[in-house]
Amino acid sequence: MHADPMGVLTGSHFLDGDHAACEGALAAGARFAAGYPITPSTEVVERFSQRAPKIGATFIQMEDELAASIAILGAAWGGVKAFTVTSGPGFSLMMEHIGYAAMTETPCVFIDVQRGGPSTGLPTLPAQADMMQVKWGSHGDYEIIALCPNSPQECFDLTIKAFNFSEQYRVPVFVMLDEVVGHMTEKVVIPRASDIEIEPRRWTSQDKSSFRLFAPVDGEQVPEMTRVGEGYNVHVTGLTHDERGYPNMTPAMQDKLVKRLISKIRDNADKICLTEQHDIEGADVVVVSYGITSRVAQRAIELARAEGLRVGSLRLLTAWPFPEHIIRPLAAKVKGLVVPELNLGQMVREVERCAAGQCRVAHVGHAGGTVHQPEEILKAIREVAR
Amino acid sequence: MSTTLTCPMTAPPNPVEDLLRTERMPHIWCPGCGIGTTVNCFSRALIDSKIDLQNLSIVSGIGCTGRVAGYVNLDSFHTTHGRAIPFATGLKLASPETTVVVYSGDGDLFAIGGNHLIHAARRNLDLKVICVNNLTYAMTGGQTGPATPLDVITATAPYGTYDPAFNLPALVEAAGAVYVARWTTFHVRQLAKSMSEIFKKKGFCFIEIVSPCPTLYQRRNKMGDGLDAMKYYKECSKTKNGCPTNEVGLTKSGEIIVGKFVDRERPDFTTMMRNYLEHQLGDEYIPAEGPECF
Repeated sequence: MHADPMGVLTGSHFLDGDHAACEGALAAGARFAAGYPITPSTEVVERFSQRAPKIGATFIQMEDELAASIAILGAAWGGVKAFTVTSGPGFSLMMEHIGYAAMTETPCVFIDVQRGGPSTGLPTLPAQADMMQVKWGSHGDYEIIALCPNSPQECFDLTIKAFNFSEQYRVPVFVMLDEVVGHMTEKVVIPRASDIEIEPRRWTSQDKSSFRLFAPVDGEQVPEMTRVGEGYNVHVTGLTHDERGYPNMTPAMQDKLVKRLISKIRDNADKICLTEQHDIEGADVVVVSYGITSRVAQRAIELARAEGLRVGSLRLLTAWPFPEHIIRPLAAKVKGLVVPELNLGQMVREVERCAAGQCRVAHVGHAGGTVHQPEEILKAIREVAR
Repeated sequence: MSTTLTCPMTAPPNPVEDLLRTERMPHIWCPGCGIGTTVNCFSRALIDSKIDLQNLSIVSGIGCTGRVAGYVNLDSFHTTHGRAIPFATGLKLASPETTVVVYSGDGDLFAIGGNHLIHAARRNLDLKVICVNNLTYAMTGGQTGPATPLDVITATAPYGTYDPAFNLPALVEAAGAVYVARWTTFHVRQLAKSMSEIFKKKGFCFIEIVSPCPTLYQRRNKMGDGLDAMKYYKECSKTKNGCPTNEVGLTKSGEIIVGKFVDRERPDFTTMMRNYLEHQLGDEYIPAEGPECF
């Protein structure tokens, strides 16, 4: 279906990434946001609080991030699309409800504008250091989807994508900005509502007496959903539950439920993993990058080419699920993969795991606070190309 | 000589059964526990108040009382520890026509969830908060909680408690609740009546129910079983409607002041939000009307 024109600010704008992400959420149909202020993410909800009362949406500033991250789940079961926004320290507090959202299959979107850590760290400076936390931060086995925009335009586009994935797979989806992408201002083109594809909630029309809230239909892996007040008398729990949603804490039920929660994402990784590939064919070296780092890497790739090196670029728009099906065959063809990140080694571990010794893997990283110098990445390209 | 006990073949149906997920019985609560009694009162209040059950949701946190949501045949949510109120906040704001009941325990609402509770009361969110106060963390084995009185043995206070408990009615009144009452599980009629009243009252309403935990709290303190708790509640409770809440703190074995302490008017969050935004934005304001088909 198409976007509701009410939330779509069609036209060309000059926006920073935070504001563009907010417009993406509104265009995607988000009509509820709960937040707690934290730099460098607050601009997203500041804009939402200004726009919300004029388009029939609700914003509430909660008392902390724990509250914000579960208020959106309550809102989702109330029948609206909902999201929250945070940065590192707040993101740490939200981990509990990532697990609850995954376990209860509640569609929701989190926007994390990453800053340097650990702890309070660098409130106003960039990092890409929440990339493992977003995947592994809540306890237990589960899968999520994480997207990494590298420009304000992509903040808009990928936030829409995030809402669409969250509805399609009934899973929490994360838009992983960093301080630089969040605060850089560029042209953002917002299409007409009729040109924006929106994934509707998987509303059920099944019979009330036989509907099972957590039973996938017709061989699919994602169950249909309802909202309160429809007469289905749903039960939703974070406990291990059967298809009715009733607690059933046996090893067999745990195995069945958790495996489905994982496989509904892993089995669809080829559809969820968005990448941008340039000059991969015949390359000796491929730079694997995401978010702001991909823009610096671009300069390094140009410099390397000028030196006659055969360098390709693989940009991960989707970081999780990790595109194993792309990295594995790629590692078999190249001399090396270069992975620049604003951290001391996070997604590079996934690259190394998938490369499995088939090629060299070089990490180019630091602990955050500034973007890379292209020369640092260039140096790594030269080394693995030798 | 023997006496043959006969049972009528068709016992009259219990009117609360329709409100319970009978397929989930037996429940997990111990013999003598008071939570089941509160659920019975709640069910009777739902019937007596003739409230629209399809538009009523119940939200629980974690703990023995947190399991209530799983046994009532309503839209029901068993959330995370302490976070029933912020979940309910999102639910209520997204679906304003829904009556939202929060049903949880003293530890869940006043310790790990204490921050959310006071802020929801401050905002005067239209939530009906029912707190079963069994004075301990029962699900985990009877540890000290925020409502455990002084000089009580618990699993984590083997020599007795020495830090003061919260006075729950005083705390929620100070935070802004418009309705505050306390009953014990002995006061089933009064409790059901209070529950009926809060379904009709807009804003943050709070009922504390003092409830026995024979297995963990009473056993350690040599306070007998569930029946002994009823005797204690009967003999030592004193109804004082309108009593100042700073006078109703609980002690280990002293008087239990019960009654309706607070019943006042104050605009609720949604009303304040809508009136204010309408005043500020005029025709530009489009109130959120609940879920749309998207």
